[in-house]
Amino acid sequence: MTATTTSARSDLSELGRSETALRTFLHGLPGVDQVGAEQRAAQLGTRSIKTSAKAQAIDLAIRMVDLTTLEGADTPGKVRALAAKALRPDPADPSCPHVGAVCVYPLMVPHVAEVLRGSGVHLASVATSFPAGQAPLEIKLADVRAAVAAGADEIDMVINRGAFLAGRYSEVYDEIVATKEASGDAHLKVILETGELATYDNVRRASWLAMLAGGDFIKTSTGKVPVAATLPVTLVMLEAVRDFRAATGRQVGVKPAGGIKTTKDAIKYLVMVNETVGPDWLDPDWFRFGASSLLNDLLMQRTKLTTGVYAGPDYFTLD
Amino acid sequence: MFEYAPAPESRSVVDLKPSYGLFIDGRFVDPTDGGSFKSINPASEEVLAEIAEGGPQDVDRAVRAARKAYEKVWGPMAGRDRAKYLFRIARIIQERSRELAVLESLDNGKPIRESRDVDLPLVAAHFFYYAGWADKLPHAGFGSNPQPLGVAAQVIPWNFPLLMLAWKIAPALAAGNTVVLKPAETTPLTALLFAEICQQADLPAGVVNIVTGAGETGRALVEHEGVDKVAFTGSTDVGRAIARAVAGSRKKLTLELGGKAANIVFDDAPVDQAVEGIVNGIFFNQGHVCCAGSRLLVQESVAEQVLESLKRRMALLRLGDPLDKNTDIGAINSAEQLARIRELTEAGAAEGAQQWSPPCELPERGFWFAPTIFTGVTQAHRIARDEIFGPVLSVLTFRTPAEAVEKANNTPYGLSAGIWSDKGSRILWMADRLRAGVVWANTFNKFDPTSPFGGYKESGYGREGGRHGLEAYLNV
Amino acid sequence: MSERVAVRKTYKLFVGGKFPRSESGRSYLVQDSNVSLASRKDARDAVVAARAAVKGWAGATAYNRGQILYRVAEMLEGRREQFVALGVPGDEVDAATDRWVWYAGWSDKLPQVYGGANPVAGPYFNLSAPEPTGVVAVVAPEAPALLGLVSVIAPAIVTGNTVVVAASPAAPLAAVTLAEVLATSDLPGGVVNILTGRLSETVPTLAAHMDVNAVDLTGVTDPELAADLEVKAAENLKRVLRPVPPDHDWSADPGLRRMTALLETKTVWHPKGV
Repeated sequence: MTATTTSARSDLSELGRSETALRTFLHGLPGVDQVGAEQRAAQLGTRSIKTSAKAQAIDLAIRMVDLTTLEGADTPGKVRALAAKALRPDPADPSCPHVGAVCVYPLMVPHVAEVLRGSGVHLASVATSFPAGQAPLEIKLADVRAAVAAGADEIDMVINRGAFLAGRYSEVYDEIVATKEASGDAHLKVILETGELATYDNVRRASWLAMLAGGDFIKTSTGKVPVAATLPVTLVMLEAVRDFRAATGRQVGVKPAGGIKTTKDAIKYLVMVNETVGPDWLDPDWFRFGASSLLNDLLMQRTKLTTGVYAGPDYFTLD
Repeated sequence: MFEYAPAPESRSVVDLKPSYGLFIDGRFVDPTDGGSFKSINPASEEVLAEIAEGGPQDVDRAVRAARKAYEKVWGPMAGRDRAKYLFRIARIIQERSRELAVLESLDNGKPIRESRDVDLPLVAAHFFYYAGWADKLPHAGFGSNPQPLGVAAQVIPWNFPLLMLAWKIAPALAAGNTVVLKPAETTPLTALLFAEICQQADLPAGVVNIVTGAGETGRALVEHEGVDKVAFTGSTDVGRAIARAVAGSRKKLTLELGGKAANIVFDDAPVDQAVEGIVNGIFFNQGHVCCAGSRLLVQESVAEQVLESLKRRMALLRLGDPLDKNTDIGAINSAEQLARIRELTEAGAAEGAQQWSPPCELPERGFWFAPTIFTGVTQAHRIARDEIFGPVLSVLTFRTPAEAVEKANNTPYGLSAGIWSDKGSRILWMADRLRAGVVWANTFNKFDPTSPFGGYKESGYGREGGRHGLEAYLNV
Repeated sequence: MSERVAVRKTYKLFVGGKFPRSESGRSYLVQDSNVSLASRKDARDAVVAARAAVKGWAGATAYNRGQILYRVAEMLEGRREQFVALGVPGDEVDAATDRWVWYAGWSDKLPQVYGGANPVAGPYFNLSAPEPTGVVAVVAPEAPALLGLVSVIAPAIVTGNTVVVAASPAAPLAAVTLAEVLATSDLPGGVVNILTGRLSETVPTLAAHMDVNAVDLTGVTDPELAADLEVKAAENLKRVLRPVPPDHDWSADPGLRRMTALLETKTVWHPKGV
């Protein structure tokens, strides 16, 4: 049944050594009923978070933002401006916290690193031939090493969805292990690209696979396919990290990315974290939002709470 | 910690009068031979309004008004016109849904989240569904020209006051009957607001009559010579008494009574959804649900793990102010019901079952009971046999599918059952064998106007909802 | 030349597929034959037999039940003259035979007509299907002796119920002879149990019995008795079919009511997802 049902603190490290063992384990995880999972997510979405709770949630959400730009047109100037915003999201209000991290392509890492140095804001880089991951392993690992060498302390890798969907779990596993090794001290976020996994059963299996292989975070999406983060997908991933910690004692973070644009959305996620895995995960070390436009909406709502009047986009930077 | 600040729904949308009369022949009238009683908010014990108590003469007036309306107006009316009135009512319910939801939560104690997201949408949907039947009765499968019965006496419970009203009134009116409805004594207010909606819809006088009161009023109604049909939802004991009372009469009877549903969890269940289903099964509406999954039958091989997950989930349930939008568990409907829940749970503990509730602070005023589970329960325990009608779950275990069926069916009730498994053939095998009118597989407590609902054995007879629900109100 | 001495028939009860005498050892005289006078204990035994037969009969395929009911018609047709000799008009035997044929065909059609998919507002498979209620106690109409009896037994059993029938006290010979037809029709023992004797002895026991799921009071002519039986039936909420008026036309199209009144509708929900 669940991993929580395997005896507490099981040693699952041997699973990766055999394709059969890995497959048996992943297919032995409890199924996810789509309708039930979506209803639970929707029900959590009806929580009404107001006044002091909302203020608390907004500041927490800001601290959890991985402020992201992943465009072919990114330039040093663009990413430096983004990094500056990460440090002081609301220049008019020094009480506004900084975001969790800035997330860019490897080539942009040195430019961001200059700005963020010593700030406490993490520097994440997508690597491993993001977003498709369709490159030889050696090239992907070189991508990772380059990003780390340039100053990234978080690596967002993509899994090989083709191999996963074809049932070649060991291949996916080995790649994550290799990437983790290449990442060195940098935290490894494993992007499952849930929009391509088709079922919640697959999301659960991929989550476990990523955790078993050593991922520090599991992340929903690249943002480059039509379906990005959703509440029910995140729910299934949160259940996975909860069960994984119960089974192994190791805590893994979760990062929904893509499609989270409003404060209302972000609060729904925080409620879901609160009521699925609890306060241990309500921290930027364990939960992040991969987003860009979300930050400005959070800032506008924050201003509304402090001033009592609705803000307008002209008063916030568009970096 | 992430504490949710209070998020109360405003009660200003509700305009409560200090007192309410009976709704007879299209008007609110004072009782002729009855007194009055108070309806209180079970979450605060605050008096909400003074309610007329209908006596035998009032019941007689109401039945006569219904008879007259049946003979002169509603019976002869074309089905398509009856349909339009019902559609109109459905629309008004949607338009005034906030007001109705708040009033329901005030009077009943149920969380606003449920009255808003479950009760009210279902109420409107029920009227919509049956409205469409009014001009299609010859196609309902009961012959080419099915006829209404006449005057329907309807007595409903306090757990879903407005929804039960809808389940009773919508099919009765669609089929061409007129009704006299008695709401439960502790929850009359939404029925009285519904009476206002009937006025707003210009429903002809006497088609719907609402006579408030307690058990005696209900008895006078079902025993009245002038009624052709009796429909009751409530306890099996009262249902039995009604069945005796109508014996030998022409009155057609349908009963929707108690239950003690088994919610059966297999070792291959989608466990996170199963835990949600268990919680929804027994803690929805404080467990004041006749089809509540009050017996959890869990396969021994996963019992410990399921219970661990269940307890973790129960600790998240938010008990308190029913009007707070984040409340999951509201107030117990009455002091009387609270006493019954206490009595049965005390019996459970005395008989040796282990009682557990999450840390849960109960408000000082009002009627409250913490969500509770009993483990170590056997079939012989009272808490495994008697309907508690509260947020109390009895947990039993089983080893094989056949044992699960045997335990599930080992009860005089037969209203509902739940099955949780990822194996399709096992679900269908189980569904075939469970003696229950509604079987929820990998879900629980789902309702829909198109879906027949009703029990086997002592859970009553007849079905409400769907095409089947018309049969109760047609001369077939 | 001496006339051959006839072999007379003993008219006994029909319980669990066998033909026992009443445990009370009593009989009463009808048309020069001694007919068993069933007791309360016989009623009790018949309920036990009927309950034991439920699982197999309700669990049989509809196709199988239909075939067996059709087999009853075949057997009845073959014994036409036997009923005529008892005084049942030939037309009535024919009508009774045809009624078995009519009901035989319903076994695998009623669930389609009376159940079906419900278009609920959500991602669910939702299906309602009728199921037999279980053990049904039936009071057969006084007359017509054969057609009336067949018209109350066939609709009850075609859907998978089992029955304990209190035969018309005035016309038990046709009932016992029908039992012989049933016993030779591949009908499993206990599906139909027939008690002869006084209604006042057996029927109140059946109406009050807590292991009976429904009572069909069709043949009760005394309104007070009918009301009393209905009160007894209320104890465990038995489904009740009330008496029919004395002028009831048994040759008319019976419709579905006699079948549907003895059915439970079970609705099964399941989510639809990937």
